[in-house]
Amino acid sequence: MEQQPVLEMRGIHKQFPGVKALSNVDFRLFSGEVHALMGENGAGKSSLIKVLTGVYSIDQGAVKLSNQPVSLKSPLEAQEAGISTVYQEVNLCTNLTVAENIFIGREPRRFGRILWKQMNRNADKLLKDRMQLNIDVTLPLHAYSVAIQQLIAIARALSISAKVLILDEPTSSLDANEVKQLFSIMQTLKQDGLAILFVTHFLDQVYEISDRITILRNGNLVGEYMAKDLPKLELVSQMIGKDLTQLEKLPSKSASEQFEGNEIIAEAKQAARKGAIEPFDLKLRKGEVIGLAGLLGSGRTETARLFFGADALDQGTVRMSKANQHIQSPRKAIEHGVAFCSENRKTEGILDELTVRENIIVALQSTRGWYKPLSRKKQNEIAEHYIQLLNIKPPHTEQLIKNLSGGNQQKVLLARWLLTQPKLLILDEPTRGIDVGAKTEIQRLVLDLSAKGMSVLFISSELEEVLRVSHRIAVLRDRRKIKEISDQEMTEHSIMKTIAGG
Amino acid sequence: MRQLYKHHLFWPVAILFSLLLFNFIYSPDFFSIVVRDGKLYGSLIDILNFGAPLMLVSIGMTLVIATKGIDLSVGSIVAIAGALSCLIISRGNDQNTLSLVLSAMGMALLLSLFLGLWNGLLVAKAGIQPIIATLILMVAGRGIAQLITSGQIITVNSPKYAFIGTGALAALPVSVFVVALMLAIALLLTRKSAMGLFIEAVGCNPEASRLSGIRSVMVLMLVYVFCGLCAGIAGLLVSSNVSSADGNNAGLWYELDAILAVVIGGTSLNGGRFYLIGTIIGALIIQTLTTTIYMIGIPPEITLVVKACVVLIVCLIQSETFRKTLVHRWNTRHYTAEREATSHVNQ
Repeated sequence: MEQQPVLEMRGIHKQFPGVKALSNVDFRLFSGEVHALMGENGAGKSSLIKVLTGVYSIDQGAVKLSNQPVSLKSPLEAQEAGISTVYQEVNLCTNLTVAENIFIGREPRRFGRILWKQMNRNADKLLKDRMQLNIDVTLPLHAYSVAIQQLIAIARALSISAKVLILDEPTSSLDANEVKQLFSIMQTLKQDGLAILFVTHFLDQVYEISDRITILRNGNLVGEYMAKDLPKLELVSQMIGKDLTQLEKLPSKSASEQFEGNEIIAEAKQAARKGAIEPFDLKLRKGEVIGLAGLLGSGRTETARLFFGADALDQGTVRMSKANQHIQSPRKAIEHGVAFCSENRKTEGILDELTVRENIIVALQSTRGWYKPLSRKKQNEIAEHYIQLLNIKPPHTEQLIKNLSGGNQQKVLLARWLLTQPKLLILDEPTRGIDVGAKTEIQRLVLDLSAKGMSVLFISSELEEVLRVSHRIAVLRDRRKIKEISDQEMTEHSIMKTIAGG
Repeated sequence: MRQLYKHHLFWPVAILFSLLLFNFIYSPDFFSIVVRDGKLYGSLIDILNFGAPLMLVSIGMTLVIATKGIDLSVGSIVAIAGALSCLIISRGNDQNTLSLVLSAMGMALLLSLFLGLWNGLLVAKAGIQPIIATLILMVAGRGIAQLITSGQIITVNSPKYAFIGTGALAALPVSVFVVALMLAIALLLTRKSAMGLFIEAVGCNPEASRLSGIRSVMVLMLVYVFCGLCAGIAGLLVSSNVSSADGNNAGLWYELDAILAVVIGGTSLNGGRFYLIGTIIGALIIQTLTTTIYMIGIPPEITLVVKACVVLIVCLIQSETFRKTLVHRWNTRHYTAEREATSHVNQ
């Protein structure tokens, strides 16, 4: 039985200056199906979605919607044609109410006057019926967690049009329970006959929810498969184009006692910040990787920020031991060898209008001061070195960073901090939104760096990842550090139990 | 060729040339330059000389705009600097002594530095939005200028002071050298040190810059102080040119012309990348336009409308979106029927 696809893309080409984003890509989407789009960073997933949502125009190829050729020239046209998208970073207005966000631009009106009550009622009904979400729709959006915001974004997309729903990395900032909730909603929507295009980097999630999988690599179509016919290992090797087994092997870690004698690099004593993290102690020794585990909002990021001086302390101290210096500002922190890769790449990481080269050298340059500029030649050498070392694509020093895919931007940020040769490297969700290949690369890099004597504070929502790279794990719950775990205790099970409060 | 077209200076230069070309066709002696008393005279020289204050103000404005800021107070600073230096000179016994003229100019520049610092403090330390922070001095500044001049026009009789606004060095107006000096300083500061990178970084993303260790407060203070200094120097040129200071009208609307020059020069109001040379060309375009309008004898009551129309055209040409739409329209102008025909075939 071969039913007609709702959406069909044929021979799509898209060229950017210096980059071939998509070449001859086909894609089909059937109603009542969840179709996962997989690929490494820069494989062309985002480009394909942007073509589909009318953000990019295509150079060649055809798009058919319900067997009718369509040309999607703007996001509005795509929306009107029945294609709605929910992006990785929720793009709603956080200071408007939930109801306003859902109905913005389409408020129910009578004689030009907005019917607020009706709007709120409609929003309430929509969220209850389709999202099983019972919340106060008159509160501003920022009153709710990212997970709820995500669901609200989906509700908005559904209420506009509902033929094709594109979910671009919807789960990357959700915890396990929230993911479950999202998936149950996706199941319902699927049964209602919606076609869902799902982009994610989490392999388990792909198999949990998807019926069909399309794989892209370097802008080319690798193939379309039924999820049940494609073993996980096969999927991964298709995505990266090589066998995963060799990537999977990480250098073996040394036991945590080995660090006992090492000098303490940084130390927090009863450090706390109101509304962020309760008083905690934490010692970081030379060459040690400390993982911070906990749910979203448990105070992981807040802890990391205190070590970088990004936020002010309310009590206690955080200091670098050698210089015996308190860390009060990012500038001070960098001077004393701390580096911080923020989880918010867009808002706290990249300088979007500047080139890859400038983005790499900026932290080093700021420690040198404005009057001691790195020569252009030196800058190019540095940039080229790191582009090669971290395999940044496309490999051009003068490319604007905003034109790079998320994973490559992350690598540029890593380069920025490695260049400062820190003693303590703080990585907050360094692999979020990054494909398996690059993920393993980054994990391996962390262990390499630690072997060379760098201390690393490693934060990730993926417990498995934290376990793989950390020598010691500090578990956080509800803005409190509750336990430090090392060696034999370091199993997924024991950490889960600690997080859950068992 | 394609690269030339893509270069950020292509459109500003093209516009400037077409303006000059128009003038050449309209009145061929526009380009004639004569030497009298060891000085060059001619429309082109006038454009350089009268455009000098605007170019100066625009240089400072470029750096401010690069940090995603804006400085509305430059026109007022122009008036204040001119007023103070004229006041000091007019109070002197012998208005033409070099020390008096120099100290008057020094005091005026010191004051403009201080005014720039005030803007910088409001923006960087107090966190007030630049447009509001500088609006304060824009309004108050006019008042200060009038306080200094006691509401009168102060005239001075000092050939030494008049030298910077009307004099010549190597046959060229002194003002041209002043602009060249400030441009060189700005270029050196931003392109030969890392300050340019810091300014652009702060303009792109202040928080990411802070987390990269850039002292964004310092950077912001510096650009506003520099902008104040540029406006102060412009004020000296303006008042020296006419040997008088008018608190009411000196530097009036300079802020808007300067912002326009910066934008025409290719620097985005969203901050980030900035183009100093582009700004200079932008300022020259505005000055050439003003001169042209005077020269072709457009009635004074509609000069502003004509100027606005030309500016609109310039901005449209510069807008990539507009150019694309235009090109798209042009490319598809005949094919509607043909398209319909083929789409039937496809089905």
